[in-house]
Amino acid sequence: MRILISGGRVVDPGNLDGKMDILVDDDKIVKIVKTVSGENSPPDKLHDKPYDKIVDKVINASGKIVTPGLIDMHVHLREPGHEYKETIESGCVAAVSGGFTAVCCMPNTNPVNDNRQVTEYILKKAGEAGCARVYPVGAISKGLKGDGLCEYGDLKSAGAVAVSDDGNPVIDSLLMRRALEYADGFGLRVISHCEDLPLARGGAMNEGAVATRMGLAGIPNAAESIMVMRDIALCELTGVPVHIAHVSTMESVRAIRDAKKRGAPVTAETAPHYFTLTQDAVKGYNTNAKMNPPLRSANDRQAIINGLADKTIDVIATDHAPHSSIEKDVEFDMAANGIIGLETSVSLSLKLVEQGVITIVELIEKMSTNPAGILGLKGGLNIGGMADITIIDPDVSFSVDAGSFKSLSKNTPFDRLNLKGRAILTMVGGKIVYDGFAK
Amino acid sequence: MQFSRKDILDIESLSVDEIDFILDTADRMKEISTRPVKKVPTLRGKTVVHFFYEPSTRTRTSFDIAAKRLSADSLSISASSSSMVKGETLIDTARNLEAMNPDVIVIRHSSSGAPHMLARILKSAVINAGDGTHAHPSQSLLDMMTVREKKGKIKGLKIAIIGDISHSRVARSNITGFTKMGASVVLAGPCTMIPKGIETLGASVAYNIKDAICDADVIIMLRIQKERQNSFLFSTDREYAKFYGLNKSRLKGARDDVLVMHPGPVNRGVEMAPDVADGPFSVILDQVTNGVAVRMALLYLVAGGVRDADTD
Repeated sequence: MRILISGGRVVDPGNLDGKMDILVDDDKIVKIVKTVSGENSPPDKLHDKPYDKIVDKVINASGKIVTPGLIDMHVHLREPGHEYKETIESGCVAAVSGGFTAVCCMPNTNPVNDNRQVTEYILKKAGEAGCARVYPVGAISKGLKGDGLCEYGDLKSAGAVAVSDDGNPVIDSLLMRRALEYADGFGLRVISHCEDLPLARGGAMNEGAVATRMGLAGIPNAAESIMVMRDIALCELTGVPVHIAHVSTMESVRAIRDAKKRGAPVTAETAPHYFTLTQDAVKGYNTNAKMNPPLRSANDRQAIINGLADKTIDVIATDHAPHSSIEKDVEFDMAANGIIGLETSVSLSLKLVEQGVITIVELIEKMSTNPAGILGLKGGLNIGGMADITIIDPDVSFSVDAGSFKSLSKNTPFDRLNLKGRAILTMVGGKIVYDGFAK
Repeated sequence: MQFSRKDILDIESLSVDEIDFILDTADRMKEISTRPVKKVPTLRGKTVVHFFYEPSTRTRTSFDIAAKRLSADSLSISASSSSMVKGETLIDTARNLEAMNPDVIVIRHSSSGAPHMLARILKSAVINAGDGTHAHPSQSLLDMMTVREKKGKIKGLKIAIIGDISHSRVARSNITGFTKMGASVVLAGPCTMIPKGIETLGASVAYNIKDAICDADVIIMLRIQKERQNSFLFSTDREYAKFYGLNKSRLKGARDDVLVMHPGPVNRGVEMAPDVADGPFSVILDQVTNGVAVRMALLYLVAGGVRDADTD
């Protein structure tokens, strides 16, 4: 199958930016040429005729942005163990509907992905789903219990791309040090969920006036930044890179910025909700605004935005955390943490471009180039490379309808929000896995 | 005034006029409890469910007596006897109750916001009898009633609230209520018990009890909850009593006609010395008496709004 993506603005940070045509043959990109104005089908040297005559399908991407496949390096697919919230298949369909060609799934499943068998199971299920690429993240510690290393060599050879105890932060600093050192030997990146558990104990939302007025126990910013600073210290002690997950506070941004200035190999991600919402979203005891780390103050939100603008924060990842009504339609302090994000991330992130915080090129860096670089995945748009491509329509306006989400769960605070711009086509390995043009 | 509120969830959502109206209604209700036959037919045929997810003696008894004095049919469900122990969710339990057509559901719950969640989904009136560390509107109303009764006004008074503000729904509702009615509220307690941003509710923070009590018209002491010791809020009962407890010598800093209040139950010898609790300034038992009147008013206003109270 030969597919021509014609006339779009092709953006591959550090590589391409301009109006170009991309020819995909089977699973690979075989040609990238400048779109000739007025006529988008220059002769194909091999066949000596306009190449739109020798393709099976032409996608008119005029007015659209054509990018390397977007990668969400922080999602929870819930399988095995919690298939009523999400399955690998439903999560993958949600991913490609949101413009992601690849997702990295966190290990807090049941059983925990702390061994080769679970990693292999996830990859087998992902292969059967046959849409998004799934890169499993293994656990740092056995059973996420924080008292012993998993078999990283085995995890790596089974297909894991990183390790993390996401959701159950590593409290023991010696274990964290050893995890960094041991993982480095196998070429696995450590992704750290930074939270000082005793300091956050009992907390249901961000500490401050809103929590006080609502009578909810607060989680202070320091519960996050203390551990960010610890992990930076361990990263500098060992010289091993560390990736900080879901940054939510201004103190964390400051610590990461300073560490980067010193040359420490630290990278960081944030999620769309942290640059879109504040703790005010919790008012009325909205459990769809409850997550960990919690939504913070307006100052924190601004610090996250500044951190994205000055590249302190390398990556936008969703922390897609599906929960059903069983976990969410309950008393606020008893509700589970987390919201889904795969199907709103691109639109919320495009707002940063519209507001002039970052350029579209920088957005693609944060949603594709940088996650690929951090995890050592193949990315970018290259002749001979895999045809993992996302096409974004930056102009379409729509209202979020959680009811139509592909994810099995609907726990989003963004339902009915009016947004502009979304992914309109997703291609994985030359195969069109989501086609919004058809709608 | 027409009282058209379906639910009583917190003080924050009530207007000054509504609070005045509730207190006026409570004043009229109070007399009923002094009659030889303590019953009026006002809520005859109405059903009130007391739904207590958290242990409570005073508030539950008070609501129950209030309902009975208005001739409502009332019953109590506690967490240990409810299907919660069988794993049913709060929403399911409430919907099942509602299917039996009660008129009012009075709920006490350890989770802040639980009554608000029920109020959104239920057609019955919901009265919050205390939710987590958020609000306790009937307690605040009975405190305001007591102050108004003893002082003839609320406006312009200095109210000191002493103790664990962080974990007190009584404190939150009273800060909101008394400041709304024109009093000034000063808080004191160990720094560990003063939550961030509490001044946004309209109170000022004195930290030391002497400054808070100085020239106070009303002192509300809060109960120290010993079950919270695992969050390291203070050292020992002995030290607490010494630095934050109310005793006779400390009372001298207050006005000569100060009122000493406590939502109960009192830890004698910790936050309050026995001779203060039983002393001439204490109105603790008046609070309890007024509690019945306030709860009669609330039940009447949310359940019986179509008829005038038969208070004569």
